[in-house]
Amino acid sequence: MATLIKERRIVQERAPSPEAGVIRLEPGDDPAAVAHALAGAARVEVSFPKFGDGRGYSIAKLLRTRYGYRGELRAVGHITRDHLYYMERVGFDAFELREGEDPAGALSAFETFSVSYQRD
Amino acid sequence: MYTYDPVDQRIVDERVAQFRDQTRRFLAGQLTEEEFRALRLRNGLYIQRFAPMLRIAIPYGLLSSRQLRKLAQIARRYDRGYGHFSTRQNMQLNWPRLEEVPEILAELATVQMHAIQTSGNCIRNITTDHFAGIAPDEIVDSFAWCEIIRQWSTFHPEFSYLPRKFKIAVNGAVHDRAATFTHDIGLHAVRDLKGEIGFRVIVGGGLGRTPILGHVIREFLPWPHLLTYLEAILRVYNRYGRRDNIHKARIKILVKDRGPEKFRDEVEAEWAQCRDSAATLTEDDVRRIESRFTRPQHEKLDPVDPVAGPGFANWAKRNVHGHKVRGYAAVTLSLKKTGVPPGDVTSDQMEAIADLAERYSFGELRVSHEQNLILADVRSRDLPALWHEARELALATPNIGLLTNIIACPGGDFCALANAKSIPVAEAIQERFDELDYLHDIGELDLNISGCMNACGHHHVGHIGILGVDKNGEEWYQVEIGGNQGETRLGAKASLGRVLGPSFARAEVPAVIEKLIGCYLERRDSEAERFVDVVHRIGIEPFKESVYGNAHQRAADRSRARALA
Repeated sequence: MATLIKERRIVQERAPSPEAGVIRLEPGDDPAAVAHALAGAARVEVSFPKFGDGRGYSIAKLLRTRYGYRGELRAVGHITRDHLYYMERVGFDAFELREGEDPAGALSAFETFSVSYQRD
Repeated sequence: MYTYDPVDQRIVDERVAQFRDQTRRFLAGQLTEEEFRALRLRNGLYIQRFAPMLRIAIPYGLLSSRQLRKLAQIARRYDRGYGHFSTRQNMQLNWPRLEEVPEILAELATVQMHAIQTSGNCIRNITTDHFAGIAPDEIVDSFAWCEIIRQWSTFHPEFSYLPRKFKIAVNGAVHDRAATFTHDIGLHAVRDLKGEIGFRVIVGGGLGRTPILGHVIREFLPWPHLLTYLEAILRVYNRYGRRDNIHKARIKILVKDRGPEKFRDEVEAEWAQCRDSAATLTEDDVRRIESRFTRPQHEKLDPVDPVAGPGFANWAKRNVHGHKVRGYAAVTLSLKKTGVPPGDVTSDQMEAIADLAERYSFGELRVSHEQNLILADVRSRDLPALWHEARELALATPNIGLLTNIIACPGGDFCALANAKSIPVAEAIQERFDELDYLHDIGELDLNISGCMNACGHHHVGHIGILGVDKNGEEWYQVEIGGNQGETRLGAKASLGRVLGPSFARAEVPAVIEKLIGCYLERRDSEAERFVDVVHRIGIEPFKESVYGNAHQRAADRSRARALA
């Protein structure tokens, strides 16, 4: 069972999550290539293989703003609470935390900053 | 001086709480070394050779006397009573304790300071001309634009985990005193025929182990589009910059691999999609930021030419600079006295400098990328009095722009990356050229020293650059000549130095510099022709000969060495 945070709530999801209709993007993938399929997707997963690999942030931003994706956008991989504030702001609404990360503690990360400079 | 509004303050306060929690989780074993490393770095905290090093942000080098007093107090309480001004206009503390860093940050927050993004793979401190706002050759006051970029880049959600660090410099004057061609992005404020402000955009410059000068990818970017254009550049870099090799991860490599034209086309295509988005600037945005800056209220003064003895004259010639307001001048307090590590300042000195700033310059200072402090708004008639006081504090060495105004990184005395020490080399050179008349006769010369190829001491753009190298565990020094940080005078473009030849033992370095200077003095066509101008005019061969002997002799030496081997 994977622990998920979805829309700022802890969700226990029966493993494996349904794979049908899931689009999974690796950091080097171009979101433009899946733009045509977004409307029918069950969800889109963006992979973060390393703590410091930030390509997925641009992918999320483009999916939300350029390609108009409105469904579940899930960050998976090496994710700790320290990423969540940024990830939510580029459009992620679901997060699979890395093993060992306490999901209850992680929820507080959404409140780390109450204001921001950028007009997203 | 930029003064925080409630949003600025809240962000800094919340950052302190966040970092306190991250430190706690690391000490409790909930964050791995690697994870905490990525987090602490973006808060300026390194683990160095002997202790952690904390880099404190001084946005665009602008500092109030109140802030400087706080830095003095922090250095005394949490460190060893001194700090180091870096080439990126920041301050570094060399001996804080990891557990106490959250406390230091909390203290900084009380004077509107922080260590946000002073390291790590994110957008770093925005740097600019240390004469911004007062320079006679000003096109625009760059401070407000720097602050606009600072805010936009602070915790930018999309660009906080870049392939590598990212440095932006802004120049607002005719002359480039911000080294814009050696930054990831350099921005030159310019005005079009209608007087509208825009920016020339330079991308892909940098020093380090692959020194490259930046390329102009846009001649005129109207100011409302500044942030969306930066967004386009950063997005292309974030997506396509290399992440497989730390030494190839800077944007300069991407620009080089793609070619500047193709890179520009990609940026323009990206920008076509994101221009006019919410980040587009309005006049209200700019006015709001400008209104947060307090400005010195200058008096109406008649210009005076203070007369005093020859000591004052030397100082006035080197350390006093023009001001756009009549009757005022800018003064550089030199942190380059022989025997003191370049850029180092003690807590006692910081407090005394804060006091000088309050009495002579509206309580404000600037940190220059040459690691000195500037009092930017001094009444010309006060210059002799200020000179006396600065001299008492050992801050009046009349060497700005001269050979002993050495830029140096902390080097092997402190830094874990260094191959060799820089501070003792700087000191030995300063001792060799301590004679003032000689120093002034040599004229303008930038001498820069880095302890390793990461080039924090900007050796590639020193007129003379010295690089510490490791040869079988021993410290050796390679010498370059002909580098130039930028068009600080018209016609003298930014350039990278060329390596003179085989490296030298530390003890040989001062004599090598002396030979180079001897060669220059023989060949300059007038006192106005600087060392670097001569190198560019006649090439490096005569300098090589002055150091290694002529080519014929070098070949003979080599064959003798081969015969003996």
